Amino acid sequence: MALLSKSDAEAILKKVIAFSKADDIDATLNGGLEGNIRYARNSVSTSGLQDTLTLAVQSRFGKKVGSASINEFDEASIEKCVRRSEELAQLAPDNPETMPSLEPQTYLDVKGAFESTEKIAPDFRAKVAEDSIVPAAAKKVVAAGFFNDTTGFQALMNKKGLYAYYKSTTMEFSVTMRTEDGTGSGYAVRSYSDVSKFDSAKASQVAIDKALQSRDAKAIEPGKYTVILEPAALLSTVDASLLGAMIFAMDARQADEGRSFFAKKGGGNKIGEQIVDERVNIYADPQHPEIPSSPFVGDGRAREKMMLVEKGVVKNLFYSRYWAEKQGKKAIPPPGGVVMQGGDASLDDLIKDTKRGILVTRLWYIRPVDPQTLLYTGLTRDGTFFIENGKIKHPVKNFRFNESPIIMLNNLEALGNPERIGNNLIPPIRVRDFTFTSLSDAV
Amino acid sequence: MQRRDFLKLTGLGMSAALMPLPAFSMPISEAESREPIIDTAEKKKLADVALNTAKSLGATYCDVRINRNLNQAIFTREDRVQGIANSQSFGVGVRVIVNGTWGFASTNTVTPDGIKRATERAAGIAKANSRLQKEPVKLAPQAGQGEQSWKTPIKKNAFDVPIAEKVKLLLAVNAEAMKLGVRFVNSQMFMINEQKYFASTDGSYIDQDIHRIYPTFTVTGIDIATRKFQTRNALSMPCGMGYEYLDGDASEKQQGAGGVTTLYKKRYDMLEDVKSAAKQVQEKLAAKSVEAGKYDLILDPSHLWLTIHESVGHPTELDRVLGYEANYAGTSFATLEKWKSKSFKYGSPIVTLFADKRQEGSLGYVGWDDEGVPTKRWDLIKDGILVNYQAIRDQVQLIDQQESHGCCYAQSWADVQFQRMPNVSLAAGKQKLSPEEIIKDVEKGIYIIGDGSFSIDQQRYNFQFGGQLFYEIKNGKIVGMLKDVAYQSNTQEFWNSCVAICDESDFRLGGAFNDGKGQPSQSNAVSHGSATARFKSVNVINTARNI
Repeated sequence: MALLSKSDAEAILKKVIAFSKADDIDATLNGGLEGNIRYARNSVSTSGLQDTLTLAVQSRFGKKVGSASINEFDEASIEKCVRRSEELAQLAPDNPETMPSLEPQTYLDVKGAFESTEKIAPDFRAKVAEDSIVPAAAKKVVAAGFFNDTTGFQALMNKKGLYAYYKSTTMEFSVTMRTEDGTGSGYAVRSYSDVSKFDSAKASQVAIDKALQSRDAKAIEPGKYTVILEPAALLSTVDASLLGAMIFAMDARQADEGRSFFAKKGGGNKIGEQIVDERVNIYADPQHPEIPSSPFVGDGRAREKMMLVEKGVVKNLFYSRYWAEKQGKKAIPPPGGVVMQGGDASLDDLIKDTKRGILVTRLWYIRPVDPQTLLYTGLTRDGTFFIENGKIKHPVKNFRFNESPIIMLNNLEALGNPERIGNNLIPPIRVRDFTFTSLSDAV
Repeated sequence: MQRRDFLKLTGLGMSAALMPLPAFSMPISEAESREPIIDTAEKKKLADVALNTAKSLGATYCDVRINRNLNQAIFTREDRVQGIANSQSFGVGVRVIVNGTWGFASTNTVTPDGIKRATERAAGIAKANSRLQKEPVKLAPQAGQGEQSWKTPIKKNAFDVPIAEKVKLLLAVNAEAMKLGVRFVNSQMFMINEQKYFASTDGSYIDQDIHRIYPTFTVTGIDIATRKFQTRNALSMPCGMGYEYLDGDASEKQQGAGGVTTLYKKRYDMLEDVKSAAKQVQEKLAAKSVEAGKYDLILDPSHLWLTIHESVGHPTELDRVLGYEANYAGTSFATLEKWKSKSFKYGSPIVTLFADKRQEGSLGYVGWDDEGVPTKRWDLIKDGILVNYQAIRDQVQLIDQQESHGCCYAQSWADVQFQRMPNVSLAAGKQKLSPEEIIKDVEKGIYIIGDGSFSIDQQRYNFQFGGQLFYEIKNGKIVGMLKDVAYQSNTQEFWNSCVAICDESDFRLGGAFNDGKGQPSQSNAVSHGSATARFKSVNVINTARNI
């Protein structure tokens, strides 16, 4: 029931639209199956399966908006949901930022769903846990991990004839391996649309190796260091991140209002200004085969291929429809994932070319300190190593950093081969003068 | 971590919901939210379906939660309403122990058949997972409580106040700020009512009606010439109260040391606070940038609650100590060996930090937890020594105790309950001491009011905190405002540097409306109380950067 085909979703949405008495109605169907397994202390702790299908409608009378949703699909329930949204709209105060429904749009053709992922069953999830727990126990390491897979769809329709449908599959895996004595910790994270690309044993082995290699870390003085940041240290699926924070700040309205890093001195925003090293190129492409993303956003706008940062210069910021109209700009929606272009160098190559530096597996508990400069603080975690003359010498104690992604990307030395993190492709990078401000005893 | 910030910052999920709502939340009208769905007698009948089905399937224990969560949120900026959400979520969660293993299932089909099916699914999951179970679940004994009811002691149910009245207040708050020259102002109000029915095979049938409210705002001041900006957030607290929290009762106000700003106890005056904020945000733009170095910190309860939350609340969660959260939030430095030694100096001898699920006005205040255990108060750090953890029925035997602490919670019927942080507070000083007196012998210090940036490592050693308002103290006097301030310390070092705590008359609560934990993540509301306290010689950094 939860996974409707394009035509089944269309049939339900047509019924919804037919009930509408409002000036405008936007109807959205979301459904899917999500399965997960969680383990800790080398034992499965919880697992579950969630099956959902929800209809949400938004009705508008002039500048008044009301929303309602429901998860029953008989005609009486659907009509009740439409009426409720209309009643709520009549009661709402005018919102001058309300926009009318969109005309039909042209969307890119995206293959986001893979049968391999759709077919995942409970025994597959148990095997993922086993692939962590068995090799961990053999090495006196303790595994804690989480695997979840989703097959879902979204469909939109409005009174003006717009119809959009997108089905996708994803899987996310993360594991933290800790040595039994608590002196070493390692981490691995994997995301794919097509689960056949996922090797759970290999990913777990990376985390086990890091846990064993990171035992008995030495303390070195905090300060400015050359660092190699692995992709998981630049972007995270479960925490804020330096790169994510920079992209999240690329909202045109915040910039135009003067309360963002992307605000320009003297007014306006930084589109057209160079903000980072000229080797930095970041773009979005819904059709990218490694990171497919929905060709539309919730309000029906189409996502297109676009540059965000090209040769270090800001090319685009994101605009809500209201703000775009007010500024006379194109209403560019935020992307469903980005590619940061890298090079051919492997992580090992980056290490080989480093005279003296620190390898960072992952950054954690990242929070904004100053939105003006995009200064963030956080800590290294789960595998931090000292590099000398092209070789990893020894593990080091974790650091707290205070750094801005803008300063970081201005101090760029080298880019490696990108890997998928969440729904993004991110390279490992080497930067100079990364600011560590104190030591942490945490392992 | 606070989930609202988390959602805001996760980065690429930019169309994320404005606020986290429990599973399957559906918008409803104001009138509908005021009508009960089913009465207590009907809930008992439905609960018995789960308990009887579970027993017939061989369960040695079963509990069932029939919950209705009402959520209301209003978002405004300047002269406009950005959004109003009024929603409810209604359903049943059933938890069983079969073959010594937990099983859980939930459904929003609140009928005898729906509940029977959910119970069968829970038993099925328990049986399937029992193959992987190393040791059977051991539950601390809990006497049946019979039929009970409990309600947050509110004076005015916020859901009875028309949305239009709340919108009017928020727009008036925004108008006050704009009148004083503030460029941007956002204000919001969040209200939650959990109507929670719990029953278990121990013979407990507990009906609870729990209320929480959180009004807040952010004003932004911009220096047009330099394009620099500063913000100041509300000094309100999210709390376990009704709409009476907003009545602005003058007897619940006090002046900060040196009369720098008005602070609020159990009542809040939003219009007054936004006027102060509008002036202070301009002052912040012109304030002196702090010189990095060691300072004595005087921390107001509106700030200290978050430091307590991160550096005491989380590390004393027993599931973190044992490694159950290792892959997400992390583990803890407060290991079992330290606790067993009975001599681990977590803080200085004047530091007592206690857990308490019965503080009036707090977010965590309930009569019984989500396992039917009566709530209570207990010490975590006593006279500076680590003496206990936060533990629930299937954990307490691991620390040689026989009675659950009563701090089990699930964010909704759809989620399984697990150990969650109770209110954790710093006990007030025993000697008479006011905020005015505590700064008198500070030679070089900073007085910090309100919470700001926060970050701490995965074992809770190293932290960094910002704030809302920073005042420089020189030779016992406040000499002016500072900006670009953050302090870094180590949990044990920090709590051992606590040299003075004001008395009970200064004790106030702060709190987190959406504290996240678990995978998939669940949200918990928790308060932290303290009186103003002094910490000696803490490392302060300057956070300004030139780009």
